[in-house]
Amino acid sequence: MQVATSRAPDAVSSTGSARQHRDRPEGEILVRFSGVQKTYDGDHLAVRGLDLEIRKGEFLTLLGPSGSGKTTTLMMLAGFEVPTHGEILLDGRPITDVPPHRRDIGMVFQNYALFPHMTVAENVAFPLSVRGLGKAEIRERVERALGMVQLDGFGRRRPAQLSGGQQQRVALARALVFDPRLVLMDEPLGALDKRLREHMQIEIKHIHATTGITVVYVTHDQGEALTMSDRIAVFNDGAIQQIDRPEALYERPATSFVANFLGENNMLHGMVEAVEGRFCTVRLDGGQRVRALAVRAETCARTSLSLRPERALLGDGMQTGTNGLMGTVSEVIYLGDHSRILVSIPGNPDFMVKLPASAGMPPPAAGEPAMVAFAPEDCRALDPA
Amino acid sequence: MTSSALRIGEPSLRLRLRRAERGQRLKAFALVLPLLAFLALTFLVPIAGMLWRSVEDGEVATVLPRTVEALAGWDGRDLPGEPAFAALAADLREAREAGALPAAARRLNYDVNGYRTLLTTTARRLPSPPEPGRAAETLLDISPRWGEVETWGAIARARGPLTDFYLLAALDLKRTADGTIVRAPEDTAIYLDVFGRTLGIGASVTLLCLLLGFPIAYLLAALPPRRSNLLMVLVLLPFWTSLLVRTTAWVVLLQSEGLVNGLLVWTGLVDEPLRLIYNRFGVYVAMTHVLLPYMILPLYSVMKGIPPSYMRAASSLGASPLTAFRRVYLPLALPGVGAGCLLVFILAIGYYITPALVGGGGDQMISYFIAFYTTETVNWGLASALGAVMLLATLLLAGVYGRLVQGRSGTGDRGL
Repeated sequence: MQVATSRAPDAVSSTGSARQHRDRPEGEILVRFSGVQKTYDGDHLAVRGLDLEIRKGEFLTLLGPSGSGKTTTLMMLAGFEVPTHGEILLDGRPITDVPPHRRDIGMVFQNYALFPHMTVAENVAFPLSVRGLGKAEIRERVERALGMVQLDGFGRRRPAQLSGGQQQRVALARALVFDPRLVLMDEPLGALDKRLREHMQIEIKHIHATTGITVVYVTHDQGEALTMSDRIAVFNDGAIQQIDRPEALYERPATSFVANFLGENNMLHGMVEAVEGRFCTVRLDGGQRVRALAVRAETCARTSLSLRPERALLGDGMQTGTNGLMGTVSEVIYLGDHSRILVSIPGNPDFMVKLPASAGMPPPAAGEPAMVAFAPEDCRALDPA
Repeated sequence: MTSSALRIGEPSLRLRLRRAERGQRLKAFALVLPLLAFLALTFLVPIAGMLWRSVEDGEVATVLPRTVEALAGWDGRDLPGEPAFAALAADLREAREAGALPAAARRLNYDVNGYRTLLTTTARRLPSPPEPGRAAETLLDISPRWGEVETWGAIARARGPLTDFYLLAALDLKRTADGTIVRAPEDTAIYLDVFGRTLGIGASVTLLCLLLGFPIAYLLAALPPRRSNLLMVLVLLPFWTSLLVRTTAWVVLLQSEGLVNGLLVWTGLVDEPLRLIYNRFGVYVAMTHVLLPYMILPLYSVMKGIPPSYMRAASSLGASPLTAFRRVYLPLALPGVGAGCLLVFILAIGYYITPALVGGGGDQMISYFIAFYTTETVNWGLASALGAVMLLATLLLAGVYGRLVQGRSGTGDRGL
């Protein structure tokens, strides 16, 4: 697979954001990975040539399938793994030789890693007491931290007496109580059920907004990444495919991998016939010609077109400048707020179209012929997948 | 109304639950029944027998019934009166004819040295019908020792059916004729020393095992499974050979012409062979080697359950490796340390063969003396008493350990 550079077009500054904490001016760089490589066995690179900048105060998510190098990246930042090559700078200083306990980086682990022989308060007080703070100050800060995660009065309990969500909050309080320079979270919500996970996502986001702390969050759950992040770095095969704001990643994926990994996607494969400015003409494997945005298209090269299901319409007529593909409705799935219509077209038997309930159109029946229509701006010609 | 209904309903619900579970319980009980029977026969009965032997004292009362009866009201300060002498003379004559004298003689000889000779000579020299009213004179003629209070005290103490004689002897104590407890004379007071030595060797070996075993157990728990399995085989390897072989191997290694001394002399580190065996050093080396797996296994099983993320979490929260070890790892590994130490210590204080083979005269532990009294002098009472004292000490230690463990888990559940 062709690997994209990590310097994908960054659209942060060009688009305005309604969300307040995203309007923060481009902060100074807190962490810089430059040319970082990591291999465990000497044959295969777990992380290859990583260049990444983390800004002060941002919520950056490392998203990717398992084995994509995201956790290795996090562990190198925490100090539990040593880069084979390259350098990591924290506040401008290289930290490769700084042991984890001197890095001043809080961490929330997948299984919470609360110390079972200590009470909740002792757990939260641990980072303060190893730093030699006074008893009164420790008590005050522990109380404040437990208040922040809405666990006032739970201090005397043992971690085993708490529910999963409560344990997660204790782990959060413990990672934040000593005001670290940044907080790392390694799939912290993986063990929770769906409702609780969604609740905790919002809560973590609020804590981030109120404390303004820098968070690096690792997950393989794209929904989690979209909900919480200021920026998302999509990892695959040891390299960053694209790093951008959630909307930009979703709307303007730079590679086929990102388009497929993040959200639902329709893929059409074909050959680029001509590139004209921003657009190109692609001859699909089924024989039809469509116009698409030339993101990574070269004449006479194979390409994969990416189209979000909600950007396609079912039409009966052809408007000028719109692509139209004829097919047969193979399945209609009713989902309340919208229906999913799978259309079998040449080259893609499961082309998906989302028909919102508000469209006021009765969904077609399976077996009927249908025309799939979409604008060239919504169809991106990417690297062949 | 509703509350009374609840009150009535609750026990009947419990009753139904109990009834529902009864079948299960009976089945479970039936399954462990063979084990219970086995334990009772091989463990509880012998221990009860041992405890009983340590306080039982019926030999003298069987052989000298009239004397024991005559001494029943004796205060132990002055010589008993004529009836006692007459009873003894009659008992001795009868016992000699019946051939029962040696049993009583042996028992009394434990208490007062030379009693065996006294009894047999007296019995032999007694005139056949003892003259009425002159028994005391006759006996005193035969041996002046019958005029000593201590001689009669021994019989009074041995009148049975129960005695604290053996237990007191095991603690270097004895009763005088009038019943007060005093320290045994210097030359026979050896058991407190032996107990102290036994506990001391046990504690030292336990400490050595802990120091050596902890890092190995940690390594075992930290290594990937393939390599830790190999290491585990090496740890368990000693179990595949007999204790005797392992102990004699140390004799071969450590003797003055042995491998270790040969190497030391050859490298010029020492000029003449060191004394490495038949002393305390040899006992420590051999016992630590034999007992090490008993320390490693419980430690390993506890350490295996400590996720590595705890140490990482401690480290990310700012604890240096030493602090993280002290405040997180060690407290979590403590149940393993406790179990390993208890196991090794209890096994160590019962050791017999190893100290007997590689130790010197001053390194013998309590088991050696128990074996000596069982097989050499057939003094089962004292052997049992020594065993009982040891059992009591061990139970006390186990109780203290149980308290400590319970105290820990009372303040907090471990477990995830």
